[in-house]
Amino acid sequence: MELFANQVLAGIATGAIYACMALAVVMIYQAIDHLNFAQGEMAMFSTFVSWQLMQWGVPYWGAFVLTVAFSFAAGIIIERLLFKPLAKAPILTNVAGFIALYAIINSVAGLIWDFTIKQYPTPFGSSPFLGSQLISTHQAGMIGITLLMLLLLFFFFRFTRVGLAMRAAASLPESARLVGINTSWMIALGWGMASAIGSIAGMMIAPVVFLEPNMMLGVLIYGFAAAVLGGLTSPFGAVMGGFLVGIFENLVGTYIPGVGNELKLPIALALIIVVLVVKPAGLFGRAIVKRV
Amino acid sequence: MTAMLNVKDLRAYYGQVQALHGLSFSLNEGSLTTLLGANGAGKTTTLRAICNMVRSTGAIEFEGKPIGTRSTENVVRLGIAHVPQGRGTFTNMTVEENLQLGAISRSDKNAIGSDIERMYEHFPVLKQRYTQQAGTLSGGEQQMLAVARALMLRPRLMLLDEPSFGLAPLIVRDLFRILGKINREEKVTILVVEQNAQLALELADQAYVIETGRIVMSGNAKDIANNEDVRKSYLGY
Amino acid sequence: MSAAEEIVTEAAAVEAVPKRAMTLGYGTSLVVLAALILIPLFVKNFIIFQMTMLLIYALAVMALNILTGGSGQFSLGQSAFYAVGAYTSAILMEHAGMNYALTLPIAGIVCFGFGFLFGQPALRLSGVYLALATFALATAMPQLLKLGYFEHWTGGVQGLVVTKPDAPFGLPMSQDMWLYYFTLAVSIGIYIASVNLLRSRSGRAFMAIRDNEIAASAMGVDVALYKTLAFGVSAGITGVAGGLGAIAVQFVAPDGYTIQLAISLFLGMVVGGVGWLPGSIVGSAFIIFVPNIAEGISKGLSGAVFGVLLFLVIFLVPHGARQVAIVAQQLAAKLKKN
Repeated sequence: MELFANQVLAGIATGAIYACMALAVVMIYQAIDHLNFAQGEMAMFSTFVSWQLMQWGVPYWGAFVLTVAFSFAAGIIIERLLFKPLAKAPILTNVAGFIALYAIINSVAGLIWDFTIKQYPTPFGSSPFLGSQLISTHQAGMIGITLLMLLLLFFFFRFTRVGLAMRAAASLPESARLVGINTSWMIALGWGMASAIGSIAGMMIAPVVFLEPNMMLGVLIYGFAAAVLGGLTSPFGAVMGGFLVGIFENLVGTYIPGVGNELKLPIALALIIVVLVVKPAGLFGRAIVKRV
Repeated sequence: MTAMLNVKDLRAYYGQVQALHGLSFSLNEGSLTTLLGANGAGKTTTLRAICNMVRSTGAIEFEGKPIGTRSTENVVRLGIAHVPQGRGTFTNMTVEENLQLGAISRSDKNAIGSDIERMYEHFPVLKQRYTQQAGTLSGGEQQMLAVARALMLRPRLMLLDEPSFGLAPLIVRDLFRILGKINREEKVTILVVEQNAQLALELADQAYVIETGRIVMSGNAKDIANNEDVRKSYLGY
Repeated sequence: MSAAEEIVTEAAAVEAVPKRAMTLGYGTSLVVLAALILIPLFVKNFIIFQMTMLLIYALAVMALNILTGGSGQFSLGQSAFYAVGAYTSAILMEHAGMNYALTLPIAGIVCFGFGFLFGQPALRLSGVYLALATFALATAMPQLLKLGYFEHWTGGVQGLVVTKPDAPFGLPMSQDMWLYYFTLAVSIGIYIASVNLLRSRSGRAFMAIRDNEIAASAMGVDVALYKTLAFGVSAGITGVAGGLGAIAVQFVAPDGYTIQLAISLFLGMVVGGVGWLPGSIVGSAFIIFVPNIAEGISKGLSGAVFGVLLFLVIFLVPHGARQVAIVAQQLAAKLKKN
């Protein structure tokens, strides 16, 4: 029983990484109805920017704030320059665009900062949290930051006019235009916010997985999985999905014999497919009923 | 008196297909005008062209300003509210959020709360349901909500696309009564597109009849209602 | 309280392509065919090998095109079917000593079954969910191939070496050239079969599902059957391509069939034009040659150059090679008139 509790705790700790990323995934999905395959790379690039700022002597929180602002602006610029012209193109063309963006960012980051692994600092320290060896103060801090972001997003969407306008633009663009909302800019804003949230996720994740251009590849897959598991329409579901994926992955690794690190990912993904088949909208998502 | 909305030689296209063939009409300030016509005559397209939701050529002037090249949201921001066919309700949001969205482009935030209260006076049924998801409302209630949402803009001009569509006759009567009241009391100019010609002509003071993308008749609503051809084709007696 | 969202007119995920627009005219087909037959006679073996790979990837891209362009379903998991086909051929040749040509239909059938079975749960998924499920399949495949249980057959991480066949009947041709013509014959056969499939009753059912699933089911199309069938056919063709690929590169190993391959095939379809079968070869050329070109322009930035080239293609011709073909056709028609 103690083993079980410990593994759950360790799962929550890894799950926090996925939850962080899943939040960014849900954010962009709400704004543009797609999964952005370049999201992980955008977060990685932001994290490198913060690392570079710290190398130049900017203190951690200063670099943090500057990076979030940079990422917000960069997300908007990418949307305006690259994806606004594709707004009327077929969905598959957009997906190809995401892949192209992925290749570009990964390659440019490799050229600027090369592919060696770098240490990344944490503001929370890395001593055991409340005396537990399984969860460090950094991981606890990361969980705290994730929940804080979730709370802020909730308030933004529920109680601000811009949040309301963004929701309207995402759910019914034509009606949104008819009440005077500039839906095109709402999409750009969604990109900016997703990019900013992604940058926070990157800065939280980097101390755990180390900083290098390919650091987000696995994380993004888990982030997608978590978001889909929890429901792509629900930020809360995405965060819960992240924790669940982390816990499940750990338990499978512990209790099912023959499952090494190699098979963790396939099994976690298989679980998600099973959940989707049973409950296509995800655990916390809103079922979308099509009217015929 | 100058016209509030002036439309000249409006032609609209869906891809290669031309839906409007040089439509011209004008609305007087404070008037309640109806646009009548059969299915496919181009009524909806006319309204959509005013809000630039369909590719069109021709001159559209609102209070003296040309608006033909403005984007939909910028046309709306001038004070032209459009209640689309199918109502365009934000079904996954609450009734109150729908009303707030109607006022989203306004800058006088303080007055929005009192405007919502005013809407609840016009449409008491909405007050009972204000925390409910709009998608759970009945068709008639959703139409009331759509009109209320449009009014939240404090529009100078309101365009309504077949508000009676799919509603029970009693509810239609109620809705039209309220529209008349809004036109008189709030001085909102109204252009309503209708297939229910009889009701529309009772309500309106001006009327245009449109056939295959052209205006074929215009004038005082009473005169149109008494016209032999209109009676035969649209009123059925 | 149910929170239902009404989607009155939902845009189809894939643009409708009329079925006649899915193929090439007779004249153009013959010109392309003549080029494919004649070019290898004048070039070096390495180029012949690359042309063989071009045909093989074109087959795999076309298989995806039948699934996506034909029935409107996404897949980011084609590399998994390709891997299964490759391993089936390799294992049959090396462990059972079977003739290479005979292993291909078996690879096709095995993959058809695999795809058909995978299509069952996939039925309940659409859009991003299906993309994610297939993506999961592609990610999991290399790991499954490495599993200790199958190591005796698959060779584990090391993979299997496959012997390249000689030209039969003592034909005076190099192994590469023979394999090229063999691949060409198989490809043409499958291409013609695919065109006929899409023109048949089943093809019409696929397209009806693609354009409007609800309407299709209302017309009596067995949506579940045809959706899984489309998965099966697509997987089967991909499997044959995989088998050919194994013979051509003389080697199978788990890391040859990662998600990158699936993404490449997907890009090939987009560049070639979704729903336009002849575009598959253009898309295949893009995924084989453009990374090389990118590498040639800048070694350190090859990923970035590739991305920029891809963006150029989708900005200039968002509908891929099909768009180029249509424009060319219109130009030709204009010239004729003058």
